[in-house]
Amino acid sequence: MSIIIHKNTKILVQGFTGKIGSFHAEEMIKYGSNVVGGVTPGKGGITYLNLPVFNTVKEAVDQTGASTSILFVPPAFAADSVMEAADAGIKTCVAITDGIPSHDMVKIKRFMRRYQKDKKMGLVGPNCAGIISPGKSMLGIMPGHIYKEGKIGIVSRSGTLGYEAAQQLKDLEIGVSTSVGIGGDPINGSSFRDIIEKFENDDETIAVLMIGEIGGPQEVEAGQFAKENMSKPVIAYIAGLTAPKGRVMGHAGAIVSAYGESAIEKVELLKECGVTISKNPSVMGETVKKVLVENNLN
Amino acid sequence: MDIHEYQAKKILSDFGVKIPTGGIVYSPENAENKAREIGGSKWVVKAQIHSGARGKAGGIIICNSPHEVALATEKLLGKKLVTNQTGEEGKIVNRIYIEEATDIKHELYLGLVFDRPSESIMVVASTEGGMSVEEISKDKPESIMRLKIDVAVGMRKFQARELAFGLGIETELISKATDTIRGCYRAFTDLDATMVEVNPLVISKQNEILALDCKMSFDNNALFRMNNIAELRDKSQENPNEVYASDRGMNYVSLNGNIGNIINGAGLAMASMDMIKLAGGEPANFLDVGGGATPEKIVKAFKLISMDTKVKVILVNIFAGINRCDWVAEGIVQALSKIEIKHPLVIRLAGTNVEKGNEILKKSNINYIEASTLEDAANKAVKALG
Repeated sequence: MSIIIHKNTKILVQGFTGKIGSFHAEEMIKYGSNVVGGVTPGKGGITYLNLPVFNTVKEAVDQTGASTSILFVPPAFAADSVMEAADAGIKTCVAITDGIPSHDMVKIKRFMRRYQKDKKMGLVGPNCAGIISPGKSMLGIMPGHIYKEGKIGIVSRSGTLGYEAAQQLKDLEIGVSTSVGIGGDPINGSSFRDIIEKFENDDETIAVLMIGEIGGPQEVEAGQFAKENMSKPVIAYIAGLTAPKGRVMGHAGAIVSAYGESAIEKVELLKECGVTISKNPSVMGETVKKVLVENNLN
Repeated sequence: MDIHEYQAKKILSDFGVKIPTGGIVYSPENAENKAREIGGSKWVVKAQIHSGARGKAGGIIICNSPHEVALATEKLLGKKLVTNQTGEEGKIVNRIYIEEATDIKHELYLGLVFDRPSESIMVVASTEGGMSVEEISKDKPESIMRLKIDVAVGMRKFQARELAFGLGIETELISKATDTIRGCYRAFTDLDATMVEVNPLVISKQNEILALDCKMSFDNNALFRMNNIAELRDKSQENPNEVYASDRGMNYVSLNGNIGNIINGAGLAMASMDMIKLAGGEPANFLDVGGGATPEKIVKAFKLISMDTKVKVILVNIFAGINRCDWVAEGIVQALSKIEIKHPLVIRLAGTNVEKGNEILKKSNINYIEASTLEDAANKAVKALG
């Protein structure tokens, strides 16, 4: 299996008829993703890209049985759309939107807590590249062709650095079970820990590559989780060795403001947790390969 | 986005927080008149720059006559102040704030930030105001109180009261103190702030609770709905190249090295900087041109890098996902036909349509060094420094 999305996962596109939404919806359909419809308030009832458009997520879920959504709604309206998805019973929502205000994110996280565990939505992102289970389904904006089918789980804050890793693995003929972009915002949906736990429980995945960066506690939390709960090897690269303190490096969340948030400190703390460190971004693939050989997993 | 102290204090006073009487001035004459207008016998002249630790850098002067206020203003206006937060280049003083001096009984600390581990809003308070929060956590960690706020219900009165009692505030002042703390919280949430720091929050000898200094930062992603805040931006306090970049939708941070970078994606940009460092070089900047690296964007990026006089080599590293290497290559060719670049240029393209992209570059007559991987690109850039 893969994690989160599989061959038949039914996908809704929120912000379907917008320029960005329709471009990526087409790419996903071309890849083979099971897109069953879209939501654009006010345009319900029309057919777009041969698929039905709905006014509300609830209606779309009722009519199509969709369990998953991807969101291309502009930042000003995105928080509302995420909450609408959560309320409509969507299981996983991937928010691609970049630029959602932090105050909206804390409200989203608070809102999502009102649902019981079995009815609670998993949010991935925002400001992320999305999810791909190569050969099965793509729920994101990545170039699908650089991912080879296989057994490595990738979880990355950065989109492009995740692509870099997938390409390096492909060049070494190593494939990917699922790759998840969790996004570069300071307050986000799924954390590294949430995703590596899913990889641990996935029978197809044999090792996990975690690509983090400066800022926030999530990489180290994931390392601690791996140390205490994981049987599968974890390999990590942390970007931002040269980033100056107190400056935001592109991603709103990439800022060192507390102990343990710089790249050097994160690397040290992860090593203590038994995570294998890729010493630079050019050897992420090689490091994974080395760990596979050492653990007789290749 | 950061704002000045006087702007932050004006905002606090709109939310019911008391501040000393004061006013902004732009000239020594102006300053002398302002001091007279404020009245009293003691004034504080405060340089307005986007930095803390101004006192130690000589940016805050206590004066005993309106004439002294004029002299202090003259001394500070137009000067560059270097604090431990501004970097060596310092920040220019274009505005002076004149304020009545306060008779201080106690100095407290009050800060509001987002707490990333709990994904909520956190209030930090301490009885040890006047020092930086880093110093407080080092020297007097036991004095720090932290309180997480549930955003669904906001800050309750009892929570503000707990903090006020915890700060050792006298019973007759508790209600004023809770109003002050809740006023700061409302400013934080109503205005999409990412930080509100009142340091010091003082209790005066006249038993007033006053915000003596305040720093506020706002979420750039929320400025679209905060016009009144967006207007407070003072570009003179920012690096000019960073202003140029942010005005054009690029993420740019100026650094001290000499290898200029043009990269797509924040993660890849940080990773490329790391590779440069490992190869023995120093990056001149962080630049993320964004996902859709259109030819127009590439042209703007080259223009930006060419404005930086430190740059000796330019490194372009693009991993094309949805955008394609052939578009990027066309952008590079266009940029170089418009902007003269004298420095060696290293280009690494990867991802969608990489062969087409490299072909376009080769067929053009631009002078560049081709690189295949991240590591290769960094090594070649450092080598090109000579």
